Amino acid sequence: MQSRELVIIGAGPAGLSAAVEARRLGIKDVLVIDREPEPGGILKQCIHTGFGLHVFNEELTGPEYAERFIREAENLGVEIMLDTMVIELSADKRIVAVNNREGLMEIQAKAIILAMGCRERTRGAINIPGFRPAGIFTAGTAQRFVNIEGYMPGREIVILGSGDIGLIMARRLTLEGAKVKCVVEIMPYSNGLTRNIVQCLEDYDIPLLLKHTVVNIHGRKRVEGVTIAEVDENMKPIMSTAKFVPCDTLLLSVGLIPENELSRMAEITIDEATGGPVVNQRMETSVPGIFACGNVLHVHDLVDYVTREAELAARGAASYLADGGKKYEYVPVSTGSGLRYVLPQRINADAMTDSRQNFFMRSVRPMNKARLIIESEKGVIKSKAMRHVKPSEMISIQLGRDEVIGIKMLRFSLQEEGDGVERDG
Amino acid sequence: MSAMVNEKTVTCIICPAGCRIRVSMQGGEIASIKGNLCKRGENYAKDEVTHPTRVLTTTVRLEDGRLLPVKTARPIPKALLFDAVKELSNVVVKVPVKIGQVVYSNVAGTGVDVVATRSWK
Ligand SMILES: Cc1cc2nc3c(=O)[nH]c(=O)nc-3n(C[C@H](O)[C@H](O)[C@H](O)COP(=O)(O)OP(=O)(O)OC[C@H]3O[C@@H](n4cnc5c(N)ncnc54)[C@H](O)[C@@H]3O)c2cc1C
Ligand code: SF4
Repeated sequence: MQSRELVIIGAGPAGLSAAVEARRLGIKDVLVIDREPEPGGILKQCIHTGFGLHVFNEELTGPEYAERFIREAENLGVEIMLDTMVIELSADKRIVAVNNREGLMEIQAKAIILAMGCRERTRGAINIPGFRPAGIFTAGTAQRFVNIEGYMPGREIVILGSGDIGLIMARRLTLEGAKVKCVVEIMPYSNGLTRNIVQCLEDYDIPLLLKHTVVNIHGRKRVEGVTIAEVDENMKPIMSTAKFVPCDTLLLSVGLIPENELSRMAEITIDEATGGPVVNQRMETSVPGIFACGNVLHVHDLVDYVTREAELAARGAASYLADGGKKYEYVPVSTGSGLRYVLPQRINADAMTDSRQNFFMRSVRPMNKARLIIESEKGVIKSKAMRHVKPSEMISIQLGRDEVIGIKMLRFSLQEEGDGVERDG
Repeated sequence: MSAMVNEKTVTCIICPAGCRIRVSMQGGEIASIKGNLCKRGENYAKDEVTHPTRVLTTTVRLEDGRLLPVKTARPIPKALLFDAVKELSNVVVKVPVKIGQVVYSNVAGTGVDVVATRSWK
C-alpha cells in the first residue's frame, strides 16, 4: 500500500485546478488519478468557445482552457496517473485503483479531493415508449463522436431537451452537413444560455419547440422518426397535437447528474437537491478530510466557477492537513422559497479559509426581477436585487466573515418582484 | 418613392436581459431600432443586421487520422461559415502541433487564419 498526502480523483478542470492550487499552497505530494488516457476531462470534446471569460478574461475553447491547467500542473510537478480507474473509496481515505500496468493498487491518503465530474441522463431515466433502435445518443456522446472520433451520428436529427450541450451540437452537426429538424423542450423556457439559442439555433433557423416533448420513437433497427406533441400545464402530452417527424437520430440533452458512486461507497452524505455531497465552507464533505468540487458536487454551467470552487477545495484540504482534522461545529445553511439549492450547506465562520465565503445557488424558475434574501435567526442580514434570473444560470454571492460570525443559522430565498421592465410592443 | 420596409428581429446576447431588438430597414438603410434597453444593444443589432460575424470552431485531420480542434483567429462573416467548414474538411496537418499554431490561412477568402486549439504530440 502506498501512502500519499493529497489524492485528487479526476483530472478535469476541477481536479487540475485543485492540484495547481494545492501545489501553490506548498502541499508537496499531490497525486491526480484519471481513467482517461489524457487529462482535461470533458473539456477535450468541448471545442467551441465560451470558456475562461472570468478566470482569464479571454474567450477560450474547452481544449485551450484545459491545456493551460495541464501545463501549469506539469510545471508545478503535479503527478498525474492516467488510464487508471478508482474503483473503491472508503471513509478512512483508502483508495483502490486499477490500471493495466500495475494492476490493482491500494493508496492511503491523508486528504482526498473528489473531482469525478458528472454524467448525462439517459433515455431510461425519462421513459419514452417505443423500441430501442440504433440512433439514440446523449448529446455528449454525439459530441465525442464528432469532435474526438470524427464521425457523424446521423444525418437527420431531432434533439430532445434544450440544455447547452444539445444546442452546441445542433450547430456543430448543421455545419458538418446534417439537418437538425428541431429542438424539443418540455418546459416553457429553454435550459440553455441565450447566447447558445441565438448562435446555435436562430443562426441556422432551427426551430425550438417549447412546451413540447417526444412521445414515441419509431423504427426497429434504426430510428425512423419520432412523434412529438405539445404538453399541458401538468406536462402531460396533448395527443391531439401529436405529429410525426422523420429522422434517423435522436439526441438527448436532458440534464446531467453528479457522478457519486464512489462518494456513496465512502458513506458521504448526498444532498437530494444537488445530487452531490453536502459540503461545508471549505468544500469538505460529511467525511472529514474528503473534499469535493466541480460537477461531482453540483452541475456547473461555467467552467470558471468550477476552477474557483476547486481552488477553495484545495485551500480546504491544505487547512485540514494543517489542523489535523480538528472538530468544528457548523451552522446550517437552508434553502428557502424560490431556490432549488444553496451550497455550501453548512458553515463555520471561524474556519473559513478566506475572509469572504462564496455561496452558489439556482432558482426554481426564470424571474425577470427578483430579490435574493439572506436571513439569520436575527432576521434579514443581506438582500440583493437581481435581474433575469434563470435556473440554467447559477447565482453566486459572497458574504464576509463579519456578516456570518456568531450566527446560528442562514437561510437563502428568492422572491419574485413585479416586472418593472418597460418593453414596447 | 418609398423603398421596401422590412423588419428584422435580433436577440441581444451582450447581457442576460436578452432583449428582442427590432430593426427596421428601408432601402438597405437602418430606419429604426427598437426594443433594446441600452445603447450596447443598439450597436450589437446594427452589426448583426449589416455584417454579422462569428468565430468558427471545428476540427481538421492530422496526418495520422486523429482530429485536431481549431478555430478562426478572428470572427469571420456568418455567411461564409459553411464555405469555411467545407474548405477545412480537406486540410491535413502534420504532427506534432502546438496550440496556437496556424494550420491554414485565408480561410474562405476572408484573410483570417485558422489556429490549433490544442497541442498534439
Ligand atoms: C458531455 C458534456 C459536455 C459539456 N459541455 C460543456 C460545454 O460545452 N460548456 C461548458 O461550460 N460546460 C460543459 N459541460 C459542463 C462541464 O462538465 C464543466 O464545465 C466542467 O468540465 C466540469 O469539470 P469537472 O472537472 O468537474 O468534470 P469533468 O470535466 O467531467 O472531469 C471529470 C474527470 O474525472 C474522471 N473520473 C471520473 N470518475 C473517475 C474514476 N472513478 N476514476 C478515475 N477518474 C475518474 C473522468 O475521466 C474525467 O476526466 C459539459 C458536461 C458534459 C458532461
Ligand atoms: S440591449 Fe442592453 S440590456 Fe438589452 S440585452 Fe443587450 S446589452 Fe442587455
